[in-house]
Amino acid sequence: MNFSVLTSQFWPLLINGLAVGLIYVLISLGYTMVYGVLRLINFANSEIFMVGTFATVIVTRDIFKYTSAHEALHGFRLIATLLLILLASMLFSGVTAVLVEIVAYRRLRSKGTNRLASLISAIGTSIMISEAVRMLTKSAPVPTPRLLNKFFLFTIGSVKIRIDTFLVIISAALIFFMVDRFVTKTLLGKAIRAVSMSEETSKLMGVNLNRVISATFLIGGLVTGAAAFLYMQVYETTVFNVGFNLGLAAFTAAVLGGIGNIRGAFYGGLTLGLFEQFASAVIGGQWKSVTVFTVLVLVLLFKPNGLFGEAIQQSRV
Amino acid sequence: MINLRDKGAQLWEGWNRPKRVTFAVIAVAMVGLLPFGGDFSFTSILNTPVSSYQSVLVYPVGMFVLMALGLNIVVGKSGLLDLGYVAFFAIGGYTAGVLGIHTHLNTWEILPIGMGMAMLAGVLLGLPTLRLRGDYLAIVTLGFGEIVRIVALNTQSIGASTGIPSIPTPPKTFGLKFDIVHNNSYFWVVLILILLVIWMIRRFTVRRPGRAWEAIRQDEDVAILMGVPILRYKVWSFSIGAAIGGAAGVIFASKTQYVAPNMFTFNVSVLILSCVVFGGMGNIWGVIVGGVILAYLPERIRFISNARQLVFGIALVVIMNVRPDGLLPRKKREKLGAVKEAKEVPNG
Repeated sequence: MNFSVLTSQFWPLLINGLAVGLIYVLISLGYTMVYGVLRLINFANSEIFMVGTFATVIVTRDIFKYTSAHEALHGFRLIATLLLILLASMLFSGVTAVLVEIVAYRRLRSKGTNRLASLISAIGTSIMISEAVRMLTKSAPVPTPRLLNKFFLFTIGSVKIRIDTFLVIISAALIFFMVDRFVTKTLLGKAIRAVSMSEETSKLMGVNLNRVISATFLIGGLVTGAAAFLYMQVYETTVFNVGFNLGLAAFTAAVLGGIGNIRGAFYGGLTLGLFEQFASAVIGGQWKSVTVFTVLVLVLLFKPNGLFGEAIQQSRV
Repeated sequence: MINLRDKGAQLWEGWNRPKRVTFAVIAVAMVGLLPFGGDFSFTSILNTPVSSYQSVLVYPVGMFVLMALGLNIVVGKSGLLDLGYVAFFAIGGYTAGVLGIHTHLNTWEILPIGMGMAMLAGVLLGLPTLRLRGDYLAIVTLGFGEIVRIVALNTQSIGASTGIPSIPTPPKTFGLKFDIVHNNSYFWVVLILILLVIWMIRRFTVRRPGRAWEAIRQDEDVAILMGVPILRYKVWSFSIGAAIGGAAGVIFASKTQYVAPNMFTFNVSVLILSCVVFGGMGNIWGVIVGGVILAYLPERIRFISNARQLVFGIALVVIMNVRPDGLLPRKKREKLGAVKEAKEVPNG
């Protein structure tokens, strides 16, 4: 236990917590939106994230032909390249998400079977994707060439903010804002919300269920792909099981904020990211997951709908 | 699609008692002789290419069946989704490790203690969390599984990441030797445990706890209204499942003579849950078939060694899509009502 870090390292912990938390926010959107419409944990979301990280590597390394020895880009070219890679990563993840829905969920949904069957089928899909990537990469970590010259942008309090941290915080917040606007303002967003309130009623109101569910998976996948891109800009290495721990944390974040609730995912992700950083600074990094889960259990005990959630207690196996 | 489960039940119900006893005895004897299956030419197809066939029969096959039966009480009978079942397996294993090394107790004396420890953990985790429903319970149990693993990984006194080596094997019992070359003895012990568990579940199913679990699974609110003390029966279901996981852990530790945190990952929980759902939730025989297939298949197809997990994933997806209720689903008594209801709607 070392409480002095809380004061001496306050600003760096805060900024890192924000960056990590915002990545969690984006991944947990994938969980929370799918949960909203299907009432199912999308177990393959961690693999959708993993596909995004690999898409980032492949586009940077094999399509743009950048190598690690390449000097950093500047100005307009940098922004354009990053944007293109971001789009590619989102696209790969989005397409994977839609395929996952078709392979793992669609047929079972049309049969109207028990929820656990879908869960196992999603787990099977998740194993399939991660094993395929494991075999292709021979379990080795894959680095991505660095495009950003990682200089310190400016100083807040006692902390120098690096460009990649800044990039993560700004773009993640922006993407979240866009998703939130999309879901609250557009017609498709309205349909998604309608389905998550009541599948039966929205069908009667003329909502095309299959299309809405595919769209939800697509949006969830796109956002998860964006998270994967941002993750790669900071950590620069990926491996076939990169999604496991992140997916677990993101799902915890979604539950913390009240699963099925998009703004809840935002607060949940931020809370988790910040808490994780401060807690692991105080009691040591190896206990990070333990503290996170302990908080989760406590939150569920005293506020079973999550910190910001709506009532979905009734859902069951 | 033919319904093997109902065919089997029909046949069984048509038999009188002597016929049933004979069948059961023959079936148990045949399973008991399975370890010798690799020795004859006409059954040698059973042999696993890489690990020893007798050893595979104990772990993973026997262990998985045992744990799947335990998890089936929690998931299949009472409908509580538990994603951290491996925690109880780990608690059993570590109990065997710590007690086996620091005390003079032998495995058979440790077995009830390990089960007790797992059961205690089940009650402690169950009391606060079983008030939650559905997916929240799933994520809390998942978290618990990870916490147990991380605690084991970071506690120096139980070996941290290296785990506990040289756990003593069971003593010679009834003329059976237990060591690394005598896998058959372990198999028979696991078989006896499996039979005991099957007997226990069958007794429970027709008595009060079984009816309470069935009520909770079908509709919790109705169960409360009918006066079922649901928390008590949920905790019972959870801790009985935990005790079975603990028993599997003790036997596992004394067989491998070694436990380490990386044996108890989330993947194990997922595999055991897959056994339950794949075989047919709630139906003992389905769960056993599921456990046998999912444990044996990856070992049998080791010749495609690298791709076996991939094939496993594909198999899960395909089977769940073709038979969503599992290979041998439970009797569909409750579905009858649903069908009637659905038919009434179009008729107005």
